[in-house]
Amino acid sequence: MLSALLVMSGIAIVLGAVLGFAAIKFRVEGNPLVEKIDAILPQTQCGQCNYPGCKPYATAIAAGEADINRCPPGGEEGIQKLADLLGVEFKPFGGETNAPKPKSVAFIDENTCIGCTLCIQACPVDAITGAAKQMHTIISQECTGCELCLAPCPVDCISMELIEENISNWKWKYPVYALKVAK
Amino acid sequence: MSMLHKFHGGVHPPTHKEQSTRTAIATLPIPAKLVIPFHQHVGNIAKPLVQVGDYVLKGQLIGMPEDGISSAIHASTSGTISEIGMQVVAHASGLPDLCATLLPDGKDEWIPKTGMDFRSAAAADVRQVLRLAGVVGLGGAVFPSDLKLRAGKHKVKTLVLNGAECEPYITCDDMLMRERADEIIKGAEIMRWALEAEQVLVGIEDNKPQAIAAMEQAALASTDDIKVVAVPTLYPGGGAKQLIRVLTGIEVAAGVRSTEKGVQCFNVATAQAIYRAVQFGEPLVSRIVTITGNVREPQNLEVLIGTTVQDVVDYAGSLPDTDGYIMGGPMMGLPLPGATVSIVKAANCIIASSPKIFPAPPPAMPCIRCTRCAEVCPAELQPQDLYWFAKSKEFGKAQEFSLFDCIECGACSYVCPSHIPLVQYYRFAKSEIWSRESEKNSADAARDRFEFREYRIEREKQEKAEKLAAKEKAAAEAKLAAAKLAEAQAATSVTPPPMTEAQAKIQAAIEQAKLQAAAVKPKNTEQLTPQQLAEIAEIEARRAHIHELASTDTEPPNGHDKNQ
Repeated sequence: MLSALLVMSGIAIVLGAVLGFAAIKFRVEGNPLVEKIDAILPQTQCGQCNYPGCKPYATAIAAGEADINRCPPGGEEGIQKLADLLGVEFKPFGGETNAPKPKSVAFIDENTCIGCTLCIQACPVDAITGAAKQMHTIISQECTGCELCLAPCPVDCISMELIEENISNWKWKYPVYALKVAK
Repeated sequence: MSMLHKFHGGVHPPTHKEQSTRTAIATLPIPAKLVIPFHQHVGNIAKPLVQVGDYVLKGQLIGMPEDGISSAIHASTSGTISEIGMQVVAHASGLPDLCATLLPDGKDEWIPKTGMDFRSAAAADVRQVLRLAGVVGLGGAVFPSDLKLRAGKHKVKTLVLNGAECEPYITCDDMLMRERADEIIKGAEIMRWALEAEQVLVGIEDNKPQAIAAMEQAALASTDDIKVVAVPTLYPGGGAKQLIRVLTGIEVAAGVRSTEKGVQCFNVATAQAIYRAVQFGEPLVSRIVTITGNVREPQNLEVLIGTTVQDVVDYAGSLPDTDGYIMGGPMMGLPLPGATVSIVKAANCIIASSPKIFPAPPPAMPCIRCTRCAEVCPAELQPQDLYWFAKSKEFGKAQEFSLFDCIECGACSYVCPSHIPLVQYYRFAKSEIWSRESEKNSADAARDRFEFREYRIEREKQEKAEKLAAKEKAAAEAKLAAAKLAEAQAATSVTPPPMTEAQAKIQAAIEQAKLQAAAVKPKNTEQLTPQQLAEIAEIEARRAHIHELASTDTEPPNGHDKNQ
């Protein structure tokens, strides 16, 4: 009877120690769900979701504080992906969230720019170059089209330009053809 | 003779090759206008080197290859650049791209050409010559040839020359082999030398007996181990992987380059272009184009790059019921957006189509999963599954089923009893996957930049705070030190400190100054009135009194104030 108790408690102690060690050794840093949600978000860093960036929004979704339909740049496809990941219902855009817009990049009218650096400070991805009292310009490959530089500009010299279809970004379209109609 | 191998599947579409092989290769007269696109190769667009109004000679470099995968663009004849701008090019999208318009002067005057003896040159120099000569794969893939001629970490044992020309209607390689076999063989010698390959295999489909005979004849004259092999006529036997399989038995797996298996494959026309570029210093300014289909005289023409399709068709005699033009063959070719686009390096064939030659396909019907497409697929894929995934936009699944091994040969669509445009689905899925990948990459880059910016702002804040803290600390310390010093001095100043040498000197100087001041006599002290004298005396008395007070009533000053 005693030996059985000792064996059982011995096993319990050993297993407990193993589990305790594993809990320390293989500890997961941060919430892995946040990373997964962040991977789906388009990384525009535009703040249209009312969070100061994509990562904070992802954290809020993971914590159940934010809706999944707050990201216009991600489009409906983004909402669908989030719904699939989180196992929740798809939710269309609506309410206070803006409608999605076609992709565009910012453009600075260099003749009007006064070199105030306000847009440089506003850009979340450092996609504007320039210095005080020098002309600024957009690095268009890095621009996410978040429009955060539009509001601070005191001379309204920044405009958004649509990314038009060209040879290098052209895609084959979904095949559309006539089907035989059953008689 | 070595044994031939087989690849999976394949189809036997009617070849229609005899129409365009009746006459020898003719040279198209210089047209009135050339439109030369700057992007005729795989990789980065060439950088324009000319401006509107420039006079250029035939073979003059007008587009410089950009970094990495890129190739050069040349003026195809002598003349004046009249325009540089966006024009519709031979691309499936029908969208415009950067082109130079050249108005020929009719003289066709070459730039000074200098050939080289490749055997006494370095392989890297030969590759540079080819890069600047704009030599790219002329089979249709237009990959820069210099990059393929690099003997990398894998030893290339076998060089395969592709003269199979399996697509219906196309005969440009056939005619080239018949008429210029010796140039192809000499080009093969250069390639074999650059790759340090052991043997050269030329694969030609057995429906081209004249080309095989001509090539065998030319190969006899070579000192290299060049073997001309007749391969069975079976579409798509001219695909690089399929031809390698047939000639060597080597299976090039998915995602593996043929060079890793010791084989490199080139088109025969590329070999000829390499020979012209190295031996004579002639850049690639023209190519052989098959003009066939609904024209009066189907034939092969040597056409300057940049000639419009309309000029080529007019030369062959256009027929009224033509309803479009196809660049390439009927299986893999692409319908051109119009006859105004120009012949590019990839244009091996122009087919004028008419409802008689290519009747409209019957309406598509649902897939019945008969798997006939899987039977003919040369890449051993499951086209019916790929179709399903592409149709339902399940791109991840499509990739799992090796969508990217698909060579878009069209054999599946050719046999499909439901007439489903299968290849269109695969192209759609591929380009969708590519665009998503590039979107994901740019999102990742944006995330990195955003996170770095956050980190930088945080770091700057911290640095500022640290600096401020350091400054405050320094000020406090200085104050403390001053207080301590003053305290210490107060403690020691009860008895005046003994006079040091410096203080003695200062004292002496003060005394001397006093003496000097006394020695100076006021100038206005003569002839004073008694009243003035009395006033002076009074002031002097007051001064004396103050001096007296100063020296007796107050204590001698002990250096300096505490707070000073």
